[in-house]
Amino acid sequence: MRRWYLISIPYIWLVVFFLVPFLIVLKISFSQTAMAIPPYIPVLDLSRGIDGLKDFFSHLSFDNYRFIFSDSLYINAYISSVKIAAIATFLTLLVAYPVAYGMARAPKEWQPTLVMLVILPFWTSFLIRVYAWIGILKKEGLLNLLLMNLGLISEPLTIMNTTTAVYIGIVYSYLPFMILPLYASLEKINPSLLEAAADLGSPPIRSFWQVTFPLSLPGIIAGCFLVFIPAVGEFVIPDLLGGSETLMIGKTLWTEFFSNRDWPVSSAVAVILLLVLVIPIVLFQRSQQTQREAGA
Amino acid sequence: MLRVGRLGSALGACILAAAALVPAAMAADREVRVYNWSDYIDPEVLTDFTKETGIKVIYDVFDSNEVVETKLLAGGSGYDIVVPTGPFLARQISAGVFQKLDKSKLPNLKNTWPLINERTALYDPGNDYSINYMWGTTGIGYNEDKIKERMADAPVNSWDLIFKPEIVSKFKDCGIFLLDAPDDIIPIALLYLGLNPNSKDPADLEKAGELLQKIRPNIQKFHSSEFINALANGDICIAVGYSGDILQARTRATEAKNGVKVGYKIPKEGAQMWFDQMAIPADAKHVAEAHEFLNYMLKPEVIAKASNYVNYANGNLASQQFINKEILEDTSIFPDDETLKRLFVKDPYDAKTQRAVTRIWTKVVTGQ
Repeated sequence: MRRWYLISIPYIWLVVFFLVPFLIVLKISFSQTAMAIPPYIPVLDLSRGIDGLKDFFSHLSFDNYRFIFSDSLYINAYISSVKIAAIATFLTLLVAYPVAYGMARAPKEWQPTLVMLVILPFWTSFLIRVYAWIGILKKEGLLNLLLMNLGLISEPLTIMNTTTAVYIGIVYSYLPFMILPLYASLEKINPSLLEAAADLGSPPIRSFWQVTFPLSLPGIIAGCFLVFIPAVGEFVIPDLLGGSETLMIGKTLWTEFFSNRDWPVSSAVAVILLLVLVIPIVLFQRSQQTQREAGA
Repeated sequence: MLRVGRLGSALGACILAAAALVPAAMAADREVRVYNWSDYIDPEVLTDFTKETGIKVIYDVFDSNEVVETKLLAGGSGYDIVVPTGPFLARQISAGVFQKLDKSKLPNLKNTWPLINERTALYDPGNDYSINYMWGTTGIGYNEDKIKERMADAPVNSWDLIFKPEIVSKFKDCGIFLLDAPDDIIPIALLYLGLNPNSKDPADLEKAGELLQKIRPNIQKFHSSEFINALANGDICIAVGYSGDILQARTRATEAKNGVKVGYKIPKEGAQMWFDQMAIPADAKHVAEAHEFLNYMLKPEVIAKASNYVNYANGNLASQQFINKEILEDTSIFPDDETLKRLFVKDPYDAKTQRAVTRIWTKVVTGQ
């Protein structure tokens, strides 16, 4: 019985904080917008019993979904968000891997300190850290000042308010989420495996690709998901650092919700985002799991 | 339509919002919960009010009309007074968000300015639901020296500066910001084309979109608050923005002594005049206190104090004797009669037009 309680806690958590809100969003996505409180119709009126319920269901429609697919804006926003998130995730991986590798190879007694240092930025508000990048990247910012003084460039670079700045912002902000799972999987690798590879005449680079890299794959996958999924829906970073032409679904959602005051369409956008994002990821993890089980 | 969004105030807003969420533990204490634009009041006005009436003010701030509207439409906002801008107010009144003012409790209404009342009646017929807090214009802010460097005779007092490709392109390298607010910029584009700035005809709106697309490559960013800092720091040349915000950039540059000279002009073709209106939500819990607060804000010396602090004109004629001379005589804050005639007032868009306008705007901004 006690075990059952323990297992049920995460499920209750998921139902209350994920499933129920999602169902509410789903319900709104089938409604129509109206100028009222709340700003959509129909509103479920349970006091009228079955009639209220019937009335409610008869007014639901797929119009909002049809609308989203009829305007290329939404599809382009999805594609561009996924593209930006994918490139940023890859860049994060490139930066994080050597860091995690170095941490895993550092003397054992240093490692807790190094992990602390990775987590340290979280002590400052995310918003303030993104704002700080404005000071670094802007035309008269620290980066341009440094490069000009070093004589590397003669004209200040325009990085602020471009998609490049968004990449920098995402890589910086999400780096710890990539480093930690990578470090966890790299740290577990038994060094004797590499010694064995060296004994058998494998040069270090080959050992890396044939031993270390495959063994760190679970960390890579976990890190990539942790970065990619929030990056797709990212709003703050593109809003503060990005230029106006940086099209991302987070911004589209904002416009739909606040400027158009169209809760139903914005709910539909959110539901589709969830479907395009979560379903492939769940399927992927399933296949990974079956592979692992088959391999074991 | 984001305005004056700065980090400090945003953080302050969070703290205050958290305070506002704490249930009224001491119901006996009289209080009033006010939701206003950020950096938009002299804090002394609030403490004076508490001293005089014993009513505690819980003051919370926002930086965009859209956020206010979403909270109000979701219901149960918990505020007793909110300060939306004209077209938003009109729409919210039609949605049943606000309650009618009890004018018998507002004897100081006699101090209001008939000219402003007449214009705000477009949003709130008879001014039954709202009282003007501040009003201003949407015009051109610019860096005087940087403009002169690039074009000695730049037409800073004309929308040509923004909409003539051969002129606007001269300032591209220096940085041009436009408000990220279709409701503010599209009417200006319509006006420049000689069309009715309030046009809801899709063909007209399309034309405004095309005009904006032509100058789009010269615009560095569409944002509704960053231009204040950018202008004050001398990072950019031109910003189309709200009068008070640009004047605030000017003040900041002067205070920082960084040599940046910020100017503000109401273009000769005309500009939009906007009004921020105080109103009481229908579900407000402290209606009596809210009326007392409004009546206090209608006192000439009180509202003059607020105007002196924020550099905006208010809708209180009797207060003008208490307003600092340099503000009262600044025609970019209190336009002369000639300029007043050229200012237009925008009426609210219906849902369909709003969607069309937003869509055209997205196309301009993102190229999609």
